[in-house]
Amino acid sequence: MSDIIKIKEEYLNKLKEISDLKEINQLKSELFGKSGKISNEFKKIGSINPEERKTISSQLNDAKNELHNLIEKKINDLEINEINLKLKNERVDVTLPERTFNRGKIHPVSQVIDEISSIFSEIGFSVEEGPDVENEYNNFTALNTPENHPARDMHDTFYLDKNKKFLLRTHTSPVQVRTMLNGKPPFKIIAPGRTYRSDSDQTHAPMFHQVEGLHVDKNINMGHLKGCLNYFIREFFEVDKIKMRFRPSHFPFTEPSAEVDIGYELKDGKIIIGEGNKWLEILGCGMVHPNVLKNVKVNPSKYQGYAFGIGIDRLAMLKYGINDLRAFFESDYRWLSHFGFDPLDVPSSYRGLSR
Amino acid sequence: MKFTIDWLKDHFDSKLNDEKIIDKLTNIGLEVESFQSQQSELDHFLVAKIVSSEKHPNADRLKVCEVDIGRNENVKVVCGAPNAKKNLITVYAPPGAVIPKNQMKLSVSKIRGVTSYGMLCSEAELKLSNESEGITELSTNKYKSKIGKNYFLNNTPKIIDLSITPNRADCLGVRGIARDLAAAGSGKLRKKNFPKIKSSGQQNLKVKIMNEKYQGCAAFGSYLIKGVKNKESPKWLKDKLLSIGQKPISAIVDITNYVMLDLNRPLHAYDSDKIDTEIVVRNSKKGESFEALDNKKYVLEENMCVITDKSGILGLGGIIGGTRSATELGTKNILLESAYFHPKSIRKTSRLLSIDTDAKHRFERGIDPNSIEEGLLVAAGLIQKLCGGTISKKDIQINKRFKQRKIIFPIAKLQSITGFKVPEKEIGKILDGLGFKVTKKKNVLDLIVPSWRPDIEQEIDIVEEIARIIGYDKIETKLPEKVRIKPTLNKQQKLFHFLQRSVASKGYFETVTWSFTDSKINDLFKEDKKEIEIVNPISSDLNVLRSSIFSNLIFYLKKNLERDFKDISMFEIGPIFIGNKPGDQEIVLAGLKSGLASRLNWIEKERKLDVFDSKRDVIQTLHEIGLDPVKININSKTPNYYHPGKSGAIYQNSIDKLPIAYFGEIHPNILLKADLKTDALIVFEIFLERIKIGEDKLKDLKSKFQYSDFQKSERDFAFVIDKNFEVQELIKIISDVDEDLIKSIRVFDVYEGDNIDKEKKSVALNVTIQSSNKSLTDDDLNNLNKLIISNVENKTGAKLRS
Repeated sequence: MSDIIKIKEEYLNKLKEISDLKEINQLKSELFGKSGKISNEFKKIGSINPEERKTISSQLNDAKNELHNLIEKKINDLEINEINLKLKNERVDVTLPERTFNRGKIHPVSQVIDEISSIFSEIGFSVEEGPDVENEYNNFTALNTPENHPARDMHDTFYLDKNKKFLLRTHTSPVQVRTMLNGKPPFKIIAPGRTYRSDSDQTHAPMFHQVEGLHVDKNINMGHLKGCLNYFIREFFEVDKIKMRFRPSHFPFTEPSAEVDIGYELKDGKIIIGEGNKWLEILGCGMVHPNVLKNVKVNPSKYQGYAFGIGIDRLAMLKYGINDLRAFFESDYRWLSHFGFDPLDVPSSYRGLSR
Repeated sequence: MKFTIDWLKDHFDSKLNDEKIIDKLTNIGLEVESFQSQQSELDHFLVAKIVSSEKHPNADRLKVCEVDIGRNENVKVVCGAPNAKKNLITVYAPPGAVIPKNQMKLSVSKIRGVTSYGMLCSEAELKLSNESEGITELSTNKYKSKIGKNYFLNNTPKIIDLSITPNRADCLGVRGIARDLAAAGSGKLRKKNFPKIKSSGQQNLKVKIMNEKYQGCAAFGSYLIKGVKNKESPKWLKDKLLSIGQKPISAIVDITNYVMLDLNRPLHAYDSDKIDTEIVVRNSKKGESFEALDNKKYVLEENMCVITDKSGILGLGGIIGGTRSATELGTKNILLESAYFHPKSIRKTSRLLSIDTDAKHRFERGIDPNSIEEGLLVAAGLIQKLCGGTISKKDIQINKRFKQRKIIFPIAKLQSITGFKVPEKEIGKILDGLGFKVTKKKNVLDLIVPSWRPDIEQEIDIVEEIARIIGYDKIETKLPEKVRIKPTLNKQQKLFHFLQRSVASKGYFETVTWSFTDSKINDLFKEDKKEIEIVNPISSDLNVLRSSIFSNLIFYLKKNLERDFKDISMFEIGPIFIGNKPGDQEIVLAGLKSGLASRLNWIEKERKLDVFDSKRDVIQTLHEIGLDPVKININSKTPNYYHPGKSGAIYQNSIDKLPIAYFGEIHPNILLKADLKTDALIVFEIFLERIKIGEDKLKDLKSKFQYSDFQKSERDFAFVIDKNFEVQELIKIISDVDEDLIKSIRVFDVYEGDNIDKEKKSVALNVTIQSSNKSLTDDDLNNLNKLIISNVENKTGAKLRS
């Protein structure tokens, strides 16, 4: 019997006896290590005469493969056994609570501003902003509301100086003034932001939010205004049908002016926007008054367009069924948690405005 | 503006029913706020049904009835009537109702120990008949479906309440409203019907309007009416005033009020016997005073328009009369004034003195300057009719003549603005109906504006008139175009929205609080910023613009702590104010967290939140918005409301003057002063507008993708270094050794205590080394190792820990 067969028999027997991973690895290195028995046999092959070489090397390869496979299999089996054994002791109660996580929320006003921006973005409006503190000129005079105009009474203004020159803006319309003074037509903007009036009860807060809209170009008329608002309201409330009513009204900075009502019905004490036979006033709008255009150095015989102002908080209340305006600004943790939105719910047209 | 349909029909014949008229008013821009009957005392009485009737436990002749009054719950009523039996339908009066017979007001009362809510009424008590035996018996068939409804029908006429916009002075009189409705095709305006009056004798009380600068009176017309007998107004006049909720006073006062409400023509009646010699309309002098009809004494500024006589001030023209010349029931001779006062003057005066009257409301909006005579005529006619007397010839003093306004209206303008076309004939008809004098020319209309429409000044006003009368429902809806002029958001706005959601995603609730705050809380966070006071705050604890968002966040944190929340995370992004001029503001994102990290969690150890929690949230946020973490520099110079030893300021670049953010624990003083009871409070602020954002967009940044596949090595170092030496500097020294090879440095241990000098600390760092163009040899690594150690030791005086 050749050495090779002997080695093979000897180790096959040894392997049968062994069931310990360490010992098998020991065997493995005895055979295949740097000076292992099989390795040594391979080293000898070069010195064997050519006639025998072929037979012996094939014998050696066979033995090597057989032993090697057996060892690997044995190792594999043992490892699996070992894992299985370990797993028996590695059981936890997965119904125990997870590690702490904290969910944040986005305030409904911010969410609704994002919804509004997303809708108007679709029809080409860009977002402009202006300061909360305004001068009397931008807030009133430039908007065709000169001093001693009774329309100033419609706004209970917070003043920041005795001469009533500086004030907290009573509407977002001064952004119109700033935008037009700083640029050249056409203008197609919305301007969301904080606004202030010294008024406080269940439906009035001394601070609230408005979004202003302005589209001025060469041929913009009331039909475009109607189309724009109709589109906006339908998209915002995510309804297919919307009943809208334009009613003549008066704002010093637009002419003709309109107030817009939308149809709704009450179901179980909740307001359902869309159809129904009741009317709810939601915004004011009109064609920018030529005096305003003149004040901001836009030629009213060349350019014309519309403007609108919408109460953001009110839109949020209507869409999400919030009753009390003042609660928006009271930071009650329970309220924020309930009415807030997940930060990942970014309103967009492709994912839908809201979930 | 309140009126009734009946009153409207004094001026206007219409076949439309009430509802149609109401709709029409709204459609032409006269918004109907409400259309309802006045509340009546009799509205209290309800049809009710006795559900059960039992003997009163303490009184033989009384019964305790359970009564269905159409509400969710039945009421219990004690009743003595023998006919109060089960199933009887009768009339119920709740507590608060006044019994017509004896004017007794009901209240909840105990009758022999049983509480009775209201009363069941007999016919006599309701003044229906003399039947006082037993309670009213109503027919079951007729009333069984009316349980809970009012028993008495409310016959008071319904009042229309219009919200008149400031431009429509002409609709502050019923006639003006009728005119608008008629122009809109809802009926026919009646011709004015002036009384014929016989005047005799001169108006011999001299009236003079001083011709001076700021003179607020343009014209002053008057009649002297002698020998009147002032008295209670007749029923028709009282009813007219009562129908819109006005209180009748005396015939003369009621007549002037009626003419004002009917024709929008304010008048004033003086007791002419009380006028000293003559009337002079002039500017007031500073300090002059008089007692007005509201029984208040007014001290005047200069240049207010006053009506005076030799003895002094009689009244403020167009605003309020004085008590000295007031008419009374005994008044015999009156001077009836019908004047025109300039709106600006009226408004200025009334604002300075804070007076609001019906006359002021009308004059400041601009009444019809051509209505002086009409007003005199109508009122004098009525006075003579009701109170007798002789009327003098009229006297009209004019200081400034009214000029008719003319507008040339290009017809095409209408379509250009509204998008719809109206036949010229119809345009003409509408304008004519509104009182314009219309002359048709080629492509234009020459218009003379009616004197009662001071609001109509230019072409666009004509467009509005036609459009509102035609109806806005004629405006065609044009689908919006998707043309975009510029991107929706600019870089700064994108940053705002990103920051907002980035912080929220770290577990913070976004909140929105007022831009103003309580100066007492604001002082805690103001540092050396200017206090910006609101001149007319809504309340004394919201009296300044906030210098910091914390002024409000801390306040609401406290409220939530009081609601028994402990671990609170809130933030707000919004303006803070530095001055009272436009632009003196800055957008700040401020956040706070209170309490413990992992409270009551079985697997995690409870610990107080600390400065490094707040640093994590800020730094992660800054990384997310795309700042280069390597360039960020931190020092410990923070505002005085931060814990001086446990807070930091973050600079976008080490050379920047202003930090872009602060983070840290709140100063313990704040907890004390604001009386906050919490385990810990960490806060941070990010100053959005100070962050410099590069022009590169993501498409530019992403395309610069480089990576290395060569072997990475890690080496650990521990240096013993001065206790006060900032680790940020240590890391920078190491990183500067070879910015290309040193990929990252991590601090995995900081140790002070045993085996270390008291003035020192041991900092252990792990350095990752990788080349982007070759495999590093052992020699390369050893050289770098040595360089790191020698650089750190030389530059900092640190020693490698052995």
